[in-house]
Amino acid sequence: MFIKEYIKEVYHGVNSLLKGMKKTGYYFFHPSEIITQQYPDNRHELKLPERFRGEVVMAHDDNNEHACTGCTACELACPNGTIKIITKMDVTPEGKKKKALDTFIYHLELCTMCNLCIEACPTDAIQMAQTFEHSVYDRNKLTKKLNQPNSKIREGVE
Amino acid sequence: MFSFQQWAAQIHSFLLEKTGTYTLLIECIIIGLLAISLFAILGLVLVLMERKVAAHIQIRLGPNRVGPSGMLQTVADTLKLLMKEGLVPRLADKFLFNLAPFLVMMVAMMLLAPIAFARGLQIWDINIGVLYITAVSSVSVIGVMMAGWSSNNKFAMLGAMRSGAQIVSYELSAGFSILCIVVLSGSLQISDIIASQETGWWLFRGHIPALIAFVIYIIAVTAETNRAPFDLAEAESELTAGFHTEYSGMRFALFFLAEYINIFIVCALGATLFLGGWMPLHIAYWDGFNHLMDWIPSSVWFMGKTFFLIFLIMWFRWTFPRLRVDQLLNLEWKYLLPIGLFNLLLVTWIAIKGWHF
Repeated sequence: MFIKEYIKEVYHGVNSLLKGMKKTGYYFFHPSEIITQQYPDNRHELKLPERFRGEVVMAHDDNNEHACTGCTACELACPNGTIKIITKMDVTPEGKKKKALDTFIYHLELCTMCNLCIEACPTDAIQMAQTFEHSVYDRNKLTKKLNQPNSKIREGVE
Repeated sequence: MFSFQQWAAQIHSFLLEKTGTYTLLIECIIIGLLAISLFAILGLVLVLMERKVAAHIQIRLGPNRVGPSGMLQTVADTLKLLMKEGLVPRLADKFLFNLAPFLVMMVAMMLLAPIAFARGLQIWDINIGVLYITAVSSVSVIGVMMAGWSSNNKFAMLGAMRSGAQIVSYELSAGFSILCIVVLSGSLQISDIIASQETGWWLFRGHIPALIAFVIYIIAVTAETNRAPFDLAEAESELTAGFHTEYSGMRFALFFLAEYINIFIVCALGATLFLGGWMPLHIAYWDGFNHLMDWIPSSVWFMGKTFFLIFLIMWFRWTFPRLRVDQLLNLEWKYLLPIGLFNLLLVTWIAIKGWHF
């Protein structure tokens, strides 16, 4: 029947509008839900999301050892040539030759924080850090060497 | 007790003594200055309120840099707009282009006359107050059309045409819901309508039909003041800024101000008709409670009710998506108008039978 359909339509319309108003009204009366961070004021207690991507870093443990095998998977995965890996030939105590990482060059000025290198890494040697205040006066400072001097690969990482 | 009527009488007798025949002229100037300063303050307060409400609804903080928690943001904005250059497009109709914002502003000012702000604080207690407001408020569409046509810009023209169609159609349902209260109170005079609500507001006394009339009134005036979800006249994603695309500087500010003043006026009228104006919340036979409510000043009651309605309209704006043009007209002609007509019939029946409280 026409009248029945009409009233039903009005009822559904009003109902859905009220549902939306309930949600926004809840946000209005609960200021604790506000997600804005007043950045320069709260620099010390800034809460960043867990998956925030600031820059690529390489984790080193206490013995100055990292997990990078120099496989160049990250270099190949990078869409705009941010990473350049220089390898060297190490001689193991048994006298065998083995490819190892010499220098991990990271161009922060080219990086788009796409996370593809971290996903490509087979040994989880590199991570995304949460730092984001990268501005410097000299662009050469943005080209970084990620492995620390005299660091070597951790035992057992292949 | 403190009363605006006494003040007015004292000032009037003082002026009569000092100036004699020029009293009326001086009083007119005083009223005009008061109205202009009210406009300025309302503009600043409402724009800040809008931005804060919008921010909190969208889980943001809103303006918080200028002054204590952003209180002076709108003052800074106004200063900026005052110093900006007002451009006129080369092929625009210069006379109409310059006239339009002042016309819109003038209409808003004229609407202020019959509004009762507190007990005895009313500029002009005309005996057809409600009719006057409904009649004059539709003049503002001429200003909008003028602005759209004279800017020589297709976006402005489209916005103005849409605004015309919208205001003309929504005025009907706003009128019908106002008529409901006129039928119940039996008068068009604002002071009579407020006096008739001494034992309770019409929203509660008129049963469900009054509630329906209130809802229709709120929807219709939201459309009439060109606010979201009915802001087709200035739909920024389609028409850049609609009818005021070509305006800049203080002329733009006048349009902006007029929008907020119009919101204030329709909300003040809504508060007067449905929520008793400056009349405190009275419940019949509860004398103790009524006395307690009388202690709150009438101006606080009026402003509280008005700002509650303004908040409601802002809440709509930041919740609902914009309607399409055909949906807008469908809503008016297929839903609001038939429901409003039927509702008016019911209210008349209630008023004849005396069934209201």
